[in-house]
Amino acid sequence: MGKLAIETRGLKKSFGKTHAVAGVDLAVSAGGVYGVLGPNGAGKTTTIRILATLLRPDAGEAQVLGYDVVRDARSVRTRVSLTGQFASVDEDLTGVENLLLLARLLGYSRPRGRRRAADLLDAFGLANAADRQVKKYSGGMRRRIDIAASLVVPPELIFLDEPTTGLDPRSRNQVWEIVRGLVAEGTTVLLTTQYLDEADQLADRIAVIDHGKVIAEGSSGQLKASVGAGSLHVRLRSPEQRAEAERVLAAALDVPAEPSADPVALSARISDPERVARALAELSRSGIDVTEFALGQPSLDEVFLALTGHAAEETPQEDAT
Amino acid sequence: MNATSAEQASAPVTEDALRSVLAGERPSSPGPVLTSLTFGWRALLKIKHVPEQLVDVTMFPIMFTLMFTYLFGGALAGSTQEYLQFLLPGILVQANVMITMNTGITLNTDIQKGVFDRFRSLPVWRPSPLVGALLGDVMRYSIGSAIVITLGLVLGFRPEGGAVGVVLSVALLLVFSFCLSWLWTMLSLILRTPNSVAGVSMMVMFPLTFVSNIFVDPKTMPGWMQAVVEVNPITHLATVVRGLMHGSVPAGEIGWVLASSVLLVAVFGPITMVLYRNKK
Repeated sequence: MGKLAIETRGLKKSFGKTHAVAGVDLAVSAGGVYGVLGPNGAGKTTTIRILATLLRPDAGEAQVLGYDVVRDARSVRTRVSLTGQFASVDEDLTGVENLLLLARLLGYSRPRGRRRAADLLDAFGLANAADRQVKKYSGGMRRRIDIAASLVVPPELIFLDEPTTGLDPRSRNQVWEIVRGLVAEGTTVLLTTQYLDEADQLADRIAVIDHGKVIAEGSSGQLKASVGAGSLHVRLRSPEQRAEAERVLAAALDVPAEPSADPVALSARISDPERVARALAELSRSGIDVTEFALGQPSLDEVFLALTGHAAEETPQEDAT
Repeated sequence: MNATSAEQASAPVTEDALRSVLAGERPSSPGPVLTSLTFGWRALLKIKHVPEQLVDVTMFPIMFTLMFTYLFGGALAGSTQEYLQFLLPGILVQANVMITMNTGITLNTDIQKGVFDRFRSLPVWRPSPLVGALLGDVMRYSIGSAIVITLGLVLGFRPEGGAVGVVLSVALLLVFSFCLSWLWTMLSLILRTPNSVAGVSMMVMFPLTFVSNIFVDPKTMPGWMQAVVEVNPITHLATVVRGLMHGSVPAGEIGWVLASSVLLVAVFGPITMVLYRNKK
């Protein structure tokens, strides 16, 4: 662990009776990607807005790159940039005007700002769209200009709030490539996401957050390990044998086997992979025909279910902003 | 859509390109004047891209001038020509003050969008996005004023104070409008939707402009209303604009207008900034 890029203790923020952030402790080391994973309304956006100095916490402390987000907000602002979830550039303006506006605000002279805007548009494959209003951009282009706008002055730390929500798979991959590129150049990235595979793909460490609290923290491997070694998935030849298979597996593995939606499939969470071979042998001895089996690492979906008791995609309320 | 498939298909970000843009310099932060002017430039760009937003500064003043001149002229002053000499400076004030309302409405719409989050997360003088927006509005007020005065001249308005008087009165009017805008800016941060901003602004604006000396000499009003007219800053503003346009310089009244301008900013400016800072 290097030095900490972000450190929070007991961070709290309420809006009326909604406790959007209810005591968040984070320790994010510099470099790499830190993922904040949670469903809508979990408090991800509120947390990121506090860290980017847009909201003052009701209680607790937060340091970003060593500076207090309340007392030393300006020092934080000069070193980080935020790519919000929605429209973080002016939709009425063209791509080049947006970047030039930010360049001017950040201290570039007009000619240098123009050059900087052109370089960024080039790097993000938007040179052809430079003089088009941002509201006419496609979703993927929008996201790229959003991120480019955050790099007008290269930040030490960049916040990406749900950078791929609503993007098609190709644009999503492009954003992932950008994130990896940023990290390769030494930028620390904190991203929020409600997509488990996104956190899995990108993040070195993940904080799972639900109802305003961090409920688990670690690498994706650690989180998976915390809910067991994985799952055994079995497919049978005939659905009539499933009930018996369920019983046999439960006895051999010592954990309940669960029928899937597919009438010939069932799965069981396993703690000890060595038992799997024995369980499969038991099935064949009982005369149950197995057509397919697979041993899977637990998905982060399962992790989320195990940690919170509800699925990650459940959306109880709008994300408090 | 407009996005060409070529742009979509090419891998847009190469590692080399990203490396070179991340090696960019870190210039020093500019001062409050430059950042405010830059935000003002943004407002002008928005006028360029969305010229429809000038409807209120063009149509309103034309409508008011024509309507009131021909509606009241004969009845109130004997002839429209006579009345126009009295009314036009007043209409100029009313049109301008009415247009300031739009500041709150546009700002409310603007703040609802995510781009204000980015502005607020920049290391710049905090009021500059708001000051810049208001500076952009000064451009709108100037357009509105030019339209009213041009139309007035066409209809037969003859300012005895000449070009100097007209320019001075418009300058003072712009100062007052800029200061009054802070009231709407504050409202736009308190109220949730542009509609409610428009509603509340109307409620303030109608009595403010009508219970004044813009349309008629207050002598015929009941005593209590004269008292209200007397303290209404719009009355003083109209008196000043009228005076300057017709060649007299009401020094005391000018002081009144400048003092109320300063007061408006001194009261609503800080409140606005506190609201802005604590915006969710």
